[in-house]
Amino acid sequence: MELANIEKLLEKYLNAETTIQEENQLRNYFKNDDIAPHLEEYKPLFSYFEESRNDSFAQDLRLNTSNKKETRWKWMSVAAMLILFVSAYTFINKKKEYEAREAYAQTQEALQLISKNLNKGQQIALNQLGKIEHNQSKIFKNPKQ
Amino acid sequence: MKQSEFLKLVMPFKDKVFRVAKRMLVSTEEAEDATQELFLKLWKNKKSIPKYKNLEAFAMTVTKNYCLDRLKSKQAGNLKLVHSNYKEKETPLEKKIETNDAVSKVHEIIEGLPEQQKLIVQLRDIEQYEFHEIEEMLNIKQTAIRVSLSRARKTIREELIKQHNYGVS
Repeated sequence: MELANIEKLLEKYLNAETTIQEENQLRNYFKNDDIAPHLEEYKPLFSYFEESRNDSFAQDLRLNTSNKKETRWKWMSVAAMLILFVSAYTFINKKKEYEAREAYAQTQEALQLISKNLNKGQQIALNQLGKIEHNQSKIFKNPKQ
Repeated sequence: MKQSEFLKLVMPFKDKVFRVAKRMLVSTEEAEDATQELFLKLWKNKKSIPKYKNLEAFAMTVTKNYCLDRLKSKQAGNLKLVHSNYKEKETPLEKKIETNDAVSKVHEIIEGLPEQQKLIVQLRDIEQYEFHEIEEMLNIKQTAIRVSLSRARKTIREELIKQHNYGVS
């Protein structure tokens, strides 16, 4: 390519007025080994651009990593729910047991009271019965004498 | 949308995203993380993909914003981007650059440019996007892009001439 043309393009290039096509012309020119000596300083610039374009992303794209995090959260919430349910269940059970125990104690007390009173009543009745028998024997003994 | 469909859609520009991220974040590892992050984001929002006229341009915009955020948080954390970051993992490309001093000098010069000029040089001179595409990606007027690009190209050239003359004399 004509040197004059390259010089013109370079000036446009520095003013950022070149099109992609024109820039490619420049690239191609500087790929050559025989570059005009006064344009030598441009060569590393264009070879740097060329080399930079070869740098590539070597890893695989990981699209599932966040899902791992999400599932971990899900599992944690499930575990939390379980713990909540279990503790609520045991709490309710305990409460029921406590209530049952209380009811049992109250009934026992009541029954105790009843049996105590009954015993007392029995005693009194027995005493009275004894008295009656005693009197009776007195009465029925005397006429025979 | 299936994963395979999605991958077919994004594969053509995954290297570009990576290179743009690397240009901005300097370190290869950071750039790899950013690339993974970006495509994960796109994949999660796959339902809205059909809405974008130009998915590639949208991806570039998101990449740019993500990288700027990373840079900001780094500065806040007092972590300077230093050159040692860049050397931590040698890719074949970097080795090749090292063999050619002048070419690696270009890398350093571009590294030293202001953030926006760096990004525009990357998008135009390396990724070869048209100006209207860059306009869409960066949300900057074409004229302003041209001004920035011209400034960047001239700076690089001046630095290279300095270097060149230094080598000769």
